[in-house]
Amino acid sequence: MDRFVFLTFDGLSRGAVYAAFALALVLIWRATRIVNFAQGAMAVATAYVGYSVSAATGSYWLGFAVAVLGGLLLGAVTERVVMRLVDHSSHLNGVVVALGLVLVIQGVLGMIYGNEFRPAEAPFSREAFTVGGIALLSRFDLFVFGAVFLVVALLVVLFTRTSVGLRMRASAFAPDVSRLLGVNVGGMLTLGWALAAAVGSLAGMLVLPTELGLHPNAMDIVFVSSFTAAVVGGLDSAVGAVAGGLIVGLLLSYVSGYLGATVAPIAVLLLLVVVLLGRPGGLFSRSAARAV
Amino acid sequence: MSVTLAPKVDAGTRVPAAPRKHRYLVWAVVAAVLIVALTYALPPFRNYQLATVGAYLCVTAGLTVLTGLNGQLSLGHGALMATGAYTVAMVQEKLAGRGQWTLLVAVLAGIAVATVAGGIVGLAAARLRGPYLAGLTLAVAVVVPAIASTFDKTFNSDQGLSVYVDPPPLALGATFPYERWQAWLAWAGALLTVFLLATLVRGRFGRALRAVRDDEAAARIAGVNVARTQVLAFVVSAACAGLGGALFAVLAQSVSPGAFPISLSLFLVMAIVIGGLGSLAGAVWGAVLLVALPALTHSLTELIDVSPAVAQRLEGNLPLALFGITLIVVMLAAPGGIASLRLRRRKA
Amino acid sequence: MTALLEAEQLTVGYGAAPVLHSVDLTVAQGSITAVLGANGAGKTTLLRTLSGLLRPATGRVVLDGQDLRGVKVEQMVRRGVAHVPEGRGVVTELTVDENLRLGGLWRRDRVDAKRALDEVYDLFEPLARRRRFPGHQLSGGERQMLALGRALVGRPRLLLLDEPSLGLAPKVTAQIMGLLRTLRDRTGLTVLLVEQNVRSALSVADTGIVMSLGRVVANADAATLRDDEDMRHAYLGF
Ligand SMILES: Nc1ncnc2c1ncn2[C@@H]1O[C@H](COP(=O)(O)OP(=O)(O)OP(=O)(O)O)[C@@H](O)[C@H]1O
Ligand SMILES: [Mg+2]
Repeated sequence: MDRFVFLTFDGLSRGAVYAAFALALVLIWRATRIVNFAQGAMAVATAYVGYSVSAATGSYWLGFAVAVLGGLLLGAVTERVVMRLVDHSSHLNGVVVALGLVLVIQGVLGMIYGNEFRPAEAPFSREAFTVGGIALLSRFDLFVFGAVFLVVALLVVLFTRTSVGLRMRASAFAPDVSRLLGVNVGGMLTLGWALAAAVGSLAGMLVLPTELGLHPNAMDIVFVSSFTAAVVGGLDSAVGAVAGGLIVGLLLSYVSGYLGATVAPIAVLLLLVVVLLGRPGGLFSRSAARAV
Repeated sequence: MSVTLAPKVDAGTRVPAAPRKHRYLVWAVVAAVLIVALTYALPPFRNYQLATVGAYLCVTAGLTVLTGLNGQLSLGHGALMATGAYTVAMVQEKLAGRGQWTLLVAVLAGIAVATVAGGIVGLAAARLRGPYLAGLTLAVAVVVPAIASTFDKTFNSDQGLSVYVDPPPLALGATFPYERWQAWLAWAGALLTVFLLATLVRGRFGRALRAVRDDEAAARIAGVNVARTQVLAFVVSAACAGLGGALFAVLAQSVSPGAFPISLSLFLVMAIVIGGLGSLAGAVWGAVLLVALPALTHSLTELIDVSPAVAQRLEGNLPLALFGITLIVVMLAAPGGIASLRLRRRKA
Repeated sequence: MTALLEAEQLTVGYGAAPVLHSVDLTVAQGSITAVLGANGAGKTTLLRTLSGLLRPATGRVVLDGQDLRGVKVEQMVRRGVAHVPEGRGVVTELTVDENLRLGGLWRRDRVDAKRALDEVYDLFEPLARRRRFPGHQLSGGERQMLALGRALVGRPRLLLLDEPSLGLAPKVTAQIMGLLRTLRDRTGLTVLLVEQNVRSALSVADTGIVMSLGRVVANADAATLRDDEDMRHAYLGF
């Protein structure tokens, strides 16, 4: 029972990160119908930069800020320089170009930093508080919850309460109509990519300390887990992404806790298969069909 | 099958099947002779590289059929290769020392296992499109190390297994170079694969593949069983990946999860995209590229004067970056992306 | 009578073959001009070219004496051009209110943008009752009101309307035509009206042009077109 409680909190904490990362995937998918397969690599890249800054300045938070802002910049540049030029006549094009980005980023990171795991320190203790003898969650977990909650809240406010959010949604749903109404659709796309990449970078900063550390491939499994989370929630649904993230986080935590950490990726694959074959529109969609 | 099925481009180039088949056979024999001659001209290390090209060619040819001709993107072919490779390791372990024939059994077993695995993935894949399929196959690629670790009694985790391979048959002479033998083995597999695939995609099946890729609804109306065609394409290409993986196991004489990373799967996709998706000739270029580019960067790093640590970093990662950049540039430069790459190749 | 909009020798296509061939057009300030023609005549293509969604291969569009070459689509609304596209272009994922606000987002004058929005709600009573409804829950007529209202929030000088009567009851069509007249009389709005519904279009228009196979085959007073039996038989089918 104690263990179950601990694993639940641990799962929710992981799930919060997957939720944020999945949210970033959903943001871009809704705006461009591209699943950004490079998002994991982009997040790792900014995390490397962030930790380099931390190491050079001795301030974790400066590095943290640089990582998130770096994500913003990297996302904008990616959209402007690469993704904007992708031909949309085939779904394959966007995926393949994103994979090219993965290779470039991982190659460049490997050249600069090498392929050894580097420690990624956490800003807070990862030692769990105990309440009545039961280990619950750590300061770092609280930080994760807080950061993800804040990001989700900010995104909700942005999209539902501000005119920029309205422009972004309109651009995603109806680009031509939006342009006729004076919306700078291209700019909104850039902004969308920038925001998504920043959220991805934040998720990276939150997850890397709990995994093995920094490595060019460190986010590969996180990407797959978060993609699964996004699919579980329905790729079009921001709320679904958050719910899907928590579900995947809990699943991974229970599986790792009871069956062993090596089984976790297999569990994710099974979940993905089951959802894709059973409810391709996501667990929360009303119809089971999805035409892509 | 109705006339609407055959795309216009094909109509002009269609010729009676039988002469074609003979032509492919002639091509295969000519290629075999050339390869054998080449193996006598090349030093051992080059022969090993040649062998690697052959092993890659099995996989890229199969992937060209799947992605280029049928429009299904798989990021999991590295994992399918792994199933073939591990099977070879395990079968050879059981049959070690009983003679050359065991290798054939082991490779066939590797193909069979990969085919079954591909069939399972393909059944799922036939119901998925675009990024969903890409995501699923990526997940398959990611679980390879996890499976090796979870069932470590069988697969021995990250260390992997060693693969027993007999020395070249004595009939070839006592001093027959091992690398030449490897090249022969790999290219026997590669030429057989390409010959069979070329024959296969020329016929009815090939037309069905392309029809499904170009317009599923139209293909369905024309009487093509879309789902079955897609599953079959996956099965065929998985069998090729299994053979390629089996050959890799034979060449490296060991298998481990590290030999089948995600980047391998991405490399394969990159190779066929850059090679040109429309034809098996593109698969050849892709396979050559997969061996040549890392080799080139290796020579490059040897030229520039850097510390061994830096050189090692460059060597491992420069090809990655170059592959990635090439892939992006090719995709963006080709108007229409993948579709025009197909067209360009078909016209060429 | 001064020309607000002029198109000179427009040749436009989607691929290699042009769809419009050397189209000339003059729209007078404060007029209502009907654009008529069979399906596929090129009416939508003409409108899309005028608002900048399509770039002409040759020829030019002049608004208020200014060449529009190189002007981005998203700038057109700032020059007073509102284009209500075929199929209405309501963003169905957004609510009625969001759609309407979208029409005024580009405006600096936030106070007047708000006022214009309220005026649209006054004008279209059904919309006011469905402010929070998502677009996909509206009826066809309501969507048409929304698309038109959204254009009006921007207080355009030139309104490009592509088949506003599509799928609407005759009564609603008549209301919309009446509204166009009123707006023209009250605010000096200039309207270019693409219509299949020839009778109602000519009932409200001052002049009309008839297109066929990408060319302008007639350009005359609405009354003349109404009375020209040969023309009606040949191109307008009644
Ligand atoms: N996106 C497109 N790509 C290629 N050809 C197009 C495209 N849109 C229209 N066309 C062609 O251009 C011609 C004119 O089309 P357009 O939509 O301008 O006609 P229209 O007069 O608006 O017809 P309707 O009354 O049916 O709306 C048609 O022959 C059509 O096939
Ligand atoms: Mg039209």
